[in-house]
Amino acid sequence: MTVTERQQLSYIAAQAADARVNLEIETEGMTLNIGPQHPATHGTLRIVAKLDGEQVVSADPVMGYMHRGYEKLAEVRTYPQVTTLINRIDWLGSFANEVPFILAAERLMGIEAPPRAQWIRTILFELSRIANITLFLGDMAVQVGAITPVFFAFRDREHVLNQIEAATGGRFHPNFDRIGGLKDDLPAGWVAETRQAMRKIRGFCDEIEELVQGNEIFQARTRGIGVIPPDVGLSYGLSGANIRASGVDWDVRRDSPCGLVHDQVDWKVWTHPDGDSFARFWVRLQETREATRIVDQLLDDIPPGPIMAKVPVIIKVPAGEAYVETENPLGVMGYYVVSKGDLNPFRVKIRSASFSNVSITPWLLKGVYVPDIITILGSLYFILGDIDR
Amino acid sequence: MSSTDAAPSETEAAEAAADAEAEALLARARGVLGEALVGSHIAAGELWLRVDRESWADLAGWLRDGEGFTFFSFLSAIDWMASPFGRDMDSTVDNVLDPPEPKEAAPTETGVAGGDTRFQLLARVSDVATGRSVIAKADLPTEDLRAASWVPVYPGADWHEREAWEMFGIAFDGHPGLRHIYLPGEFEGHPLRKDYPLLARRVKPWPGIVDVELMPEVTDDSAGAPAAAEGGGQ
Repeated sequence: MTVTERQQLSYIAAQAADARVNLEIETEGMTLNIGPQHPATHGTLRIVAKLDGEQVVSADPVMGYMHRGYEKLAEVRTYPQVTTLINRIDWLGSFANEVPFILAAERLMGIEAPPRAQWIRTILFELSRIANITLFLGDMAVQVGAITPVFFAFRDREHVLNQIEAATGGRFHPNFDRIGGLKDDLPAGWVAETRQAMRKIRGFCDEIEELVQGNEIFQARTRGIGVIPPDVGLSYGLSGANIRASGVDWDVRRDSPCGLVHDQVDWKVWTHPDGDSFARFWVRLQETREATRIVDQLLDDIPPGPIMAKVPVIIKVPAGEAYVETENPLGVMGYYVVSKGDLNPFRVKIRSASFSNVSITPWLLKGVYVPDIITILGSLYFILGDIDR
Repeated sequence: MSSTDAAPSETEAAEAAADAEAEALLARARGVLGEALVGSHIAAGELWLRVDRESWADLAGWLRDGEGFTFFSFLSAIDWMASPFGRDMDSTVDNVLDPPEPKEAAPTETGVAGGDTRFQLLARVSDVATGRSVIAKADLPTEDLRAASWVPVYPGADWHEREAWEMFGIAFDGHPGLRHIYLPGEFEGHPLRKDYPLLARRVKPWPGIVDVELMPEVTDDSAGAPAAAEGGGQ
């Protein structure tokens, strides 16, 4: 993997800052508690930062304020009941949470959803991504002090949420995916309305590009800040846009597709060589545009046919183990499902994206200045429910 | 629909190729790990490797440096003991008022790639350049739940090992600081072990059990039409 010059320079600068913290005349250390309730922590994440002046000597994230024990709870629920729980992991892109679990159960049962269900699944999967990342694009501007964009984000996210609600009945927690297919078919007129929503989202992306990305202050606050070299990012388990912003050309949707029909459409995986906060913002902006393109193409030819495969009324999953991961809005999410042939899973290990994405913060925040903590956390983009599960 | 007709054979071919690749990797693993490799399994292009506990760290080093599995996906554990509580939600009585008779534990069965002990480590790493991945397992004796830490090889294992320590009580030698990650510092017990009861179910029965209204035929004397007739007579 090639490291760009900018990455190298930023890395050296960070190392030098690290050394300065130790070598300069030591000022009296100070411990700064950021959170648990803080606008920049997206929920209840607490960061205990030891400071030397304005520089961070060490940062230790403290989580668990939202731990709900889904892995234990899943063991006493039947397979169809589990989707209700896992909807609440990443609550901004709920439908995307259901997909890998359902796919893992389907793999163990040896059944496959009919083509129509797979297509609609993929459309809803991408709509969740757009609903999720739209909010990030507005929120990132808030982190550097611009208030307006987040209202644009809330305004335009509504178009996507309306479509998700029209199809599933739930704005945030659809609980729509079933083993063997989907709960229901699309309502009449949905395709045309979704096309319109995609047009509006593309307009929103252009707006954000002009309003935020080109802004001088935004660039000054994000370029060269929080640089993650690709090898470090991978060893910490970073995934999704966070690792693609470090130049790693890896997307589960393209590289190991499973059960979704992304391979049927023409789309592109966006990467950025810099690995800084700006790159992470840029990659997500491109991905949102790309997702609208994917949805548009999928809407063109949704195959006819049934929406459910033949599955028994009472679902017993044969004994076995399966791991399925998908490229969710926040990164790679997977479920390791162990079944003993019962009504309920024996063990479910949830590999959530944010948990690994945030685990790099003690390394990443070392040597940065206090205001940069906020932009770096904002650009890593995590949902607390996805960390704490 | 010719494209969908052709799709299964394409996927089958891709799966066959993935399985062949997994076989080749398994052969290399046998060469490197030798006796330490005690079990393996291949399904749907995915490779499971089970090593003995002493080789747990060596496996990580070989996977990353020897085979290029640079992406650390997750690390956790499985408690293979059958739950002594069953599913409390199956009960037809209120558990708080009528505590269930303790059941005799079902025999412990382990899953793919085998297993000899109750606790088993579980980890997964990927190679992002080729899309390959490996699921690693290792048995841990119940009386000495410890293994070498993966943190020196994959720094991302730090939080995952803290979670496994907290949830299963597995200690990791060489970990920079094993402490609680989700639960408060004074928490006792290891919640993801099967013999740890789900307290929410103990203190409050599954919704619906206590609220069930008796069906009319169960209470003949007070039900429906006869009662109305008697009422009319009074």
